[in-house]
Amino acid sequence: MSTVFAPPFIFLFAAILCPLLPTRWRALLLLGVPVIALIVILGYATGQHAIVNVVGFELTFMRVDKLSLIFGIIFCIAAFLAGLYAWHVRDHIQQIATLAYAGSAVGGVFAGDLITLFLWWEGTAVASVFLIWARRTPAAYSTGMRYLIIQVLSGVLLLAGLLVHYHDTGSIAFEHLGLVSLGTWLIFLSFGIKCAFPFLHNWLQDAYPAATITGTVVLSAFTTKMAVYALARGYAGTEMLIYIGAIMTLFPIFFAEIENDLRRVLAYSLNNQLGFMVVGVGIGTEMALNGTAAHAFCHILYKSLLFMSVGAVMYRTGTSKASELGGLYKSMPVTMVCCLIGAASISAFPLFSGFVSKSLILDASASNGYYMVWLALLIASAGVLSHSGIKIPYFTFFAHDSGKRPAEAPVHMRIAMILTAALCVLIGVFPGLLYGLLPYDIEYQPYTVDHVLVQMQLLVFALLAFVFLMKTGIHPPEVRATNIDTDVVYRKFIPSVFPIVVSLIVAANSAIRSAALNVIGGGVGLVERVSKPDALLARGWSVASMMFVVIVVMCLVLILNLW
Amino acid sequence: MTEQLPALQILITMLAAPVCVLVRHAKVSWAIAFGANVFAFWVAWQLLLQVQDTGAIRYALGGWAAPTGIEYYIDTVNAAIVMLVAGISSVVLLYAYSSVSKAIPKAKHYLFYAAWLLCVTGLMGIVITGDAFNVFVFLEVSSLATYMLISFGDDRRALTASFRYLILGSVGASFILIGIGFLYAATGTLNMIDLAERIPDSQSQRAVLVAFSFITIGVLIKAAVFPLHAWLPNAYTYAPVAVTAFLAGTATKVSLYVLLRFFFSVFGEDYSFGQLFLNGILLPAAIGGFLLMSLVAVFQTDLRRMLAYSSVAQIGYIVAGFSMASQAGLAAGIVHIVNHALIKASLFMAVGCIIYRVGHAHIPSLDNLFKRMPFTCVAFMLSGAGLIGIPLTVGFVSKFTLIGAAMDEGWWLLAALILISSLLAVIYIGRVVEIMLFRQSREGGQASTGMAEAPLSMLIPMYALVIVALYFGIYGSETLGVANEAALQLLGGFK
Repeated sequence: MSTVFAPPFIFLFAAILCPLLPTRWRALLLLGVPVIALIVILGYATGQHAIVNVVGFELTFMRVDKLSLIFGIIFCIAAFLAGLYAWHVRDHIQQIATLAYAGSAVGGVFAGDLITLFLWWEGTAVASVFLIWARRTPAAYSTGMRYLIIQVLSGVLLLAGLLVHYHDTGSIAFEHLGLVSLGTWLIFLSFGIKCAFPFLHNWLQDAYPAATITGTVVLSAFTTKMAVYALARGYAGTEMLIYIGAIMTLFPIFFAEIENDLRRVLAYSLNNQLGFMVVGVGIGTEMALNGTAAHAFCHILYKSLLFMSVGAVMYRTGTSKASELGGLYKSMPVTMVCCLIGAASISAFPLFSGFVSKSLILDASASNGYYMVWLALLIASAGVLSHSGIKIPYFTFFAHDSGKRPAEAPVHMRIAMILTAALCVLIGVFPGLLYGLLPYDIEYQPYTVDHVLVQMQLLVFALLAFVFLMKTGIHPPEVRATNIDTDVVYRKFIPSVFPIVVSLIVAANSAIRSAALNVIGGGVGLVERVSKPDALLARGWSVASMMFVVIVVMCLVLILNLW
Repeated sequence: MTEQLPALQILITMLAAPVCVLVRHAKVSWAIAFGANVFAFWVAWQLLLQVQDTGAIRYALGGWAAPTGIEYYIDTVNAAIVMLVAGISSVVLLYAYSSVSKAIPKAKHYLFYAAWLLCVTGLMGIVITGDAFNVFVFLEVSSLATYMLISFGDDRRALTASFRYLILGSVGASFILIGIGFLYAATGTLNMIDLAERIPDSQSQRAVLVAFSFITIGVLIKAAVFPLHAWLPNAYTYAPVAVTAFLAGTATKVSLYVLLRFFFSVFGEDYSFGQLFLNGILLPAAIGGFLLMSLVAVFQTDLRRMLAYSSVAQIGYIVAGFSMASQAGLAAGIVHIVNHALIKASLFMAVGCIIYRVGHAHIPSLDNLFKRMPFTCVAFMLSGAGLIGIPLTVGFVSKFTLIGAAMDEGWWLLAALILISSLLAVIYIGRVVEIMLFRQSREGGQASTGMAEAPLSMLIPMYALVIVALYFGIYGSETLGVANEAALQLLGGFK
């Protein structure tokens, strides 16, 4: 009985029940289910529960330990907040998809074996695509299709990996795997796609900004963090991850700087934040894993908050383009304050949530001797400040007045944002609350003079430079996006080369992309030429040609058999 | 009573056919056909239970012992397939009443149901018999009935489709007949069990070889294995949808059974795969089938045609399982026979519901169909998920066992190709789902009108199949158990 009421299934039952309810009840359901699931989760004792025997395999649906618990808790909180934010949504397809998606993500982190993990892995892929398609535009359709194919590809790799792994070891247990065999490599690759490793990341920036306003908030919370959890479970201490993570923190900065669509900026910054978590997994010490879990927890909150505030602006103005926004602080003060809190959190200002979790990872990298990585993370932190901490609020709410005077965000959106913002501040001020949930017991004090000073130096200097440039008019705000603010940080290291580097990267990126697109396009065109209706493979063959094929095959059979 | 069950299996539906013609009444003939089918299903179920209980049954028809008379041989393999055929046929018949009443003039209904009964009889006969020549006879019975059923389609192109199938089907049947003739010449018997005993010792191995080749080609044509599949898409597209749902679930599956029976039981897997290298034929055909035909399905604009190509692709998976000639591979193929029959029949039934209300199955014009036909769309999505092989659906059970079997053999490339082609299924199903759910309706779209579901008499049978499929998806061990047992029996030869 208790198996049926395991938290992921509660979500799924609600998803099935959802279309049968009247509109108002559906929105309530979206709020109630995460709360119930959270209560159920907290009621579990540590250990393995909800074990089901399927096709000769023992599937564990609830493996409760401190690592899975913290992810399960934050997923429920995120689902609740997203539900509140989406109170106005009447589209039941989106509501069903949200429930099924959140349920699959919760299921994924509690999966005790690889088959169960795969089950929910596919679940997140299939459920989430509806949040993109729900935008109901042709562009959303193609984006959704690309997204779905990549997500299912990840699932397929996981399946292949688990089969090979099972073939090798006879075990489907989802414990520490390590990069030891073809199977574990395949699984690693599958996790890497969902975690948006460099070169496997494009689906994220492609899809998240394309979803509906509320859909993006939901999307930002689950898929990638489930992948981070899976990496932490299976590949903690894999050194390669440290460097992958470090690259992940750095490269999105360039793109985030030059991007005009603020939701896409946030998608790049999401990628960058994932990098911090991946570095934590790669280091793999208790402190680093604590850092990863804590950062995932905080990140889900502040990234949701940022997506919510940009979403609220988009809800009122219909755009999320930096060049079309500005001066909204006059009419959307609550949204503005919440956005600033989110920005402060992601930039790791002391007293905000990002600070208490990021310090753990930075310290872990320094104390284990990865000084270059530490430096990279520090640089990345400055980048985060410039594109998420400053760019997002500045161009939305301040900068040049766009003349737009939209109404303040709807009440439910405001409540959702205020709650999320309150959580960000609460964690920042009382880090003990978060540290109590972490996988390993720690004695850690983020508020040392040392930490605060280094961080403040970094932040204040970057801010000062930004203000200076704005005042002296060097910073041209009207140019689409802008990258001069990062310039300041980098000018200390590479005077004047930076814009060239950026343009080179952009050019190389677009060249590779268009070359790849040409190849793919050519391939698809060829396939289409032989496959579309009335083409060679798809037309009704005449009797004569069918007979010809029969004879050819008959000859082949005879030749093969006689030979 | 129970010892006469094998004969009853065939007789009831066979005798019901002329009764249908005699009464000449649409509703009554439908009731007779449905009743006979349900009875046949019950018989098949009893037979399966009996076989699992006591082992293979040998039944001499009319009391004439084997070499002289015709023997029915029933083990787990064919008991399960007979049950599948009778079950799908019963459910689709229940569905057919409304579907057919709109598509076919009432005056011809009794002929339609009579043909249906003969077709079922033939299909069940092919499966249940233990006599090689009898296979051919029943094959002709079912084929002729099938040509007739297809030509009932209201599109005039149904006639050419039926005619092409007639030519190709007859060629296939003749090949099988020639093959059986050579076998008779080489061994002097038509009884399968005797054949299996005498083939290895036969003096004229050349004749056996030719027989093997003819039978191979004949069966591959009837089973629509790529590249001998070309008759299938048109036939499936232009036949009445109920017929398509029925054929997609049964006809090709029965041919695949014949393939199993001849290659593994009569010739024996040592001969087929050891001496004759059947892999060299089956494996490329399977891979070409599931890759190319999935690609073709992606580009189709007619829903029926898309599903027809997808059928050819899925047959590729089944054949890929067979070509491993291992217990795991056979079990994977057999379990996919059952699973795919359930999925495809319910998908075509959903298409039938759409055609019933919308009048066509042109994919781009199905925009926003969800608003109008939510239940049909949900059924389509659930079955479509099965086609892709999403966990908790039957498709996943098949995919999982098939890939596992390929890995046991060490055929990594095949495993990879199967996974790739399942991505293609994501595209062709996802495309339709997106149009049904989200596409803004243009002029002439579906959104303007209110909800208009298909009648319950169509929805209930469709959901019956969907639910059965979901059940077997979650409790896959039940079908897999039967499939494993069947595979063991096939590899073990006749007892």
